[in-house]
Amino acid sequence: MPVGEGAVTDIAPVRVADRGGRRLLLVLAVVAVLVPVLNVLPAEGSFLHVSSYSMTLIAKYMSYGMLALAVDLIWGYCGILSLGHGAFFALGGYAMGMYLMRQIGARGVYGNPLLPDFMVFLNWKELPWFWHGFESFPYTLAMVILVPAMLALVFGFLAFRSRVSGVYLSIITQALTYALMLAFFRNDMGFGGNNGFTDFKDILGFNLQATGTRVALFVCTTLALGSSYRLCRYVITSRAGRVIVAIRDAESRARFLGYQVEYYKLWVFVLSAIIAGIAGALYVPQIGIINPSEFSPVNSIEIVIWVAIGGRGTLYGAVVGAFLVNLAKTYLTGAFPSFWLYGLGGLFIVVTLFLPYGVVGVIGQWRRARLEGSTL
Amino acid sequence: MSAAAADPKTPKSLLLSLKDITVSFDGFRALNALNLTIEVGELRCIIGPNGAGKTTMMDVITGKTRPDRGAARFGQSIDLLRLTEAEIAQAGIGRKFQKPTVFENQSVEANLELAMAGAKTVWKWLHVHSTSEQLQRIDEILGKIGLRELKGAPAATLSHGQKQWLEIGMLLMQDPQLLLIDEPVAGMTPQEIERTAELLVSLAGKHTLMVVEHDMEFVRSIAGHVTVLHEGAVLAEGDMNAIQADSQVKQVYLGE
Repeated sequence: MPVGEGAVTDIAPVRVADRGGRRLLLVLAVVAVLVPVLNVLPAEGSFLHVSSYSMTLIAKYMSYGMLALAVDLIWGYCGILSLGHGAFFALGGYAMGMYLMRQIGARGVYGNPLLPDFMVFLNWKELPWFWHGFESFPYTLAMVILVPAMLALVFGFLAFRSRVSGVYLSIITQALTYALMLAFFRNDMGFGGNNGFTDFKDILGFNLQATGTRVALFVCTTLALGSSYRLCRYVITSRAGRVIVAIRDAESRARFLGYQVEYYKLWVFVLSAIIAGIAGALYVPQIGIINPSEFSPVNSIEIVIWVAIGGRGTLYGAVVGAFLVNLAKTYLTGAFPSFWLYGLGGLFIVVTLFLPYGVVGVIGQWRRARLEGSTL
Repeated sequence: MSAAAADPKTPKSLLLSLKDITVSFDGFRALNALNLTIEVGELRCIIGPNGAGKTTMMDVITGKTRPDRGAARFGQSIDLLRLTEAEIAQAGIGRKFQKPTVFENQSVEANLELAMAGAKTVWKWLHVHSTSEQLQRIDEILGKIGLRELKGAPAATLSHGQKQWLEIGMLLMQDPQLLLIDEPVAGMTPQEIERTAELLVSLAGKHTLMVVEHDMEFVRSIAGHVTVLHEGAVLAEGDMNAIQADSQVKQVYLGE
């Protein structure tokens, strides 16, 4: 590798200039305005019209983009390969789902004003204790943050304190999300078993099917993605961020310099889990369903593939990767349903072997090559 | 400590004392009842054949390895065997690894900044930037290790010798009382070795240095006081001439 590249490890260095990130924010700002306008103003059938289906699809990709950001923060910058981040996403989603279920009230199939349908169906007489409070939106928002954060805190504390790292940590994060999936599949857990939650009606009293509500949720998702990006960027360009990268590159050196490596890792892990949880909470009201398959280990592995394909350790690359892969997924699962998993696997192998810096890395290299060519 | 105070021949205070340290790995005794003391401001070289326990001794001092038996004290009051690696580093012991270990993806300047002494918690470091005083300190160290022109370069682009100096610079940023330096000149060119010798000699006095090295020429050029380790214990101690005249040392180490 040429010395001038400055890349001896397999990760691009922290860049001071943030051209890719500024472009991402610009695109998000345009999307936040343009997509709702084109959804509402042009008549249906006009070629300018963006259907509600497409708007929801973009919102879904954006919540996946946040999830990819969360994974890139922990994996790209701190070197912790979490294969269980889908669990934090699902927990945030379930917390929001509980609120939406409580909002249904007496409009359910069984017409019970207090109990969600699945509880009536299971012959439950009263609301389990952990369902109390979810009638309140502020309480729900607190839970969206606190539940993933607490799980990450306890899990991370035990794992990092015991100095579990590398592939062993990846395996126990898989086990974590798998265990949660099995638990949420059980009816007596009180989360709707394998059906999960669906048939949502309102959020904050606004009809979820109404155009105004959809636009508002869409704009919120764009803002959340943009703010998450800014937050991650702030963290990794701060001095603490440099410590985090230092831990990734030479953990024992950081330790001997007097850094409490465990606490830095724990801190990033919890922050990452919170971002994933908020992404899940934005996903659920727009997609309209949450069930235990969100905890599936395969989902968590897919997130890592998004990040790898987009460009690990660049933040904006993770968002780009989430968009590209899911766009391909939406198309391919429609056109060639049996082909998708092979396509995804093949893509991952190609990126790992030939594009160590992902798609954004290739674009950067190509641009540099062109610049050098023009100065010669 | 009263015995030391009563002894007129030891006006300097002890900085490090290892007493009866024993470490075994699967029955192999890496350190065997090792006793060693180092005084403030000393530049001490540790030599010995492979497997003599040099690196294990550094591991014990920095908290990486816990001994089966013995006591390790730093200064008057600190019991090293009770502290973690990070706490020992904060207490004032800096360690340079055998293989140069710097943060490859960050600039030379950033490497030094990361190593700066002080509280190192996440919350503080999220928003704090270096003061002009601290930047001045970084500049001073850059001058000392001869890397001022390369301060913006990623550490990965430095030569082997430059990385060794950078790592020594990082130790200095911690403002340690004791520097442990493992094989600083391995793989260096003769010019680099000479510069490293000058650097280490200039540090002695203000700092206390313990240098482990194989290169006898280098040891002769820097050290007043040499300790020879063999099979996990001290075989001989004294100035270089006395060491080289010692018949036991000749037998086990110099192979004469």
